[in-house]
Amino acid sequence: MNDMVKMVVVLTVLSSVAGGVLAAVNKGTASQIEAQQLTFVKGPAIKAILAGSSIDPIENRFKIIDGDVEKSFFVGKFDGQANTIAFEEFGKGFGGDIGVMVGINIDSDKLVGAAVTVHTETPGMGARAKDDPGFVSQFIDLPVTDAVSVTKDGGQINAISGATITSRAVCDAVGKALNSYKKMKSQLHEEIQKVGK
Amino acid sequence: MPKTLVQEFTKGLWEELPPFRLVLGLCPVLGVTTSMENGLGMGIATTFVLFGSNILVSMLRSIIPQKVRIACFIIIIASFVTIVELLMQAYTYPLYLKLGVFIPLIVVNCIVLGRAEAFAYKNKVLYSMADGLGIGIGYTLALGALGAIRELLGNGSVTVWGDLSYNLSSAFPSFQPFSFMVQAPGAFICLGLMLCFINAIGD
Repeated sequence: MNDMVKMVVVLTVLSSVAGGVLAAVNKGTASQIEAQQLTFVKGPAIKAILAGSSIDPIENRFKIIDGDVEKSFFVGKFDGQANTIAFEEFGKGFGGDIGVMVGINIDSDKLVGAAVTVHTETPGMGARAKDDPGFVSQFIDLPVTDAVSVTKDGGQINAISGATITSRAVCDAVGKALNSYKKMKSQLHEEIQKVGK
Repeated sequence: MPKTLVQEFTKGLWEELPPFRLVLGLCPVLGVTTSMENGLGMGIATTFVLFGSNILVSMLRSIIPQKVRIACFIIIIASFVTIVELLMQAYTYPLYLKLGVFIPLIVVNCIVLGRAEAFAYKNKVLYSMADGLGIGIGYTLALGALGAIRELLGNGSVTVWGDLSYNLSSAFPSFQPFSFMVQAPGAFICLGLMLCFINAIGD
């Protein structure tokens, strides 16, 4: 009996302490990790979409809480107008979540571009979604009201050959982004005005 | 005869060199050694976990009940692995991206659990520290060496942290990179040849 109590107590205490330490480390590194992700993963994608912006989109970002997740929005300024936002959404790919940075012009309600940020797809197959700019360039200038899907599903996007699941996942992520945009449009307009000044 | 601290440390560098002498922990050995930098990074991360878990297991060895010791070891090891993962994300993000899933897999690396079970649970803290550090450094060097050979033959050059680099074509201008070496089968062949070489000179 005594043995039993000792086992339970030791395991409980050990797990709780481990949990506490991990929570502390997680909290302590969170802002540094975000900065690293901005530089190495999201940064290049944002720069590709919002190329030519007169302000730095990474510095001019704001956050909106949507449901229970906090989303970061990056603002681009073109011809003196802060009228373009970029943000990230995720789709289920072949090897896991695929992150897609999506840029939308809020005046014309059109997509300005999309770029894959993180993925775990097969090199040479699904990974071409990130490596081949021809695929994501198909999203440019699509109106936000359109449903986005691959041609096999009756849509307008030519899938990467041999990587239909990946292509679907990217379309799915873009579709999600368009829905979030439509849902949060008024809020986005408000926030973007603050950056524009 | 009890060993000295120095002996506990140095045994990890040759006598019990994990991948080559004990042939343990081979999953990352084969998986991440496509370049020297990846190998060394993986080795350093494993060393940190090994060192930390050995100290903690040794410190708590009188408290941890015999029957649930493996569960306790796993909690300790998994915590250290998560700490390493977060620290790598925070400070060496490109390396973290390259090593990917192999970092969380340190939890199930048999060397780490093996040292906790076979050494730290039975020995004093100072000796466990020496053991963890020795085995860890040995592992790092082994991964680095294998990574260096594969990168050199497969790419024709070795680069570590951007500045230190060596290009094979400076010595052999007609050398053609042998890309087979950086692919998975190359890992097995290279490891086999290294084991053969080390066994030949071993005793």
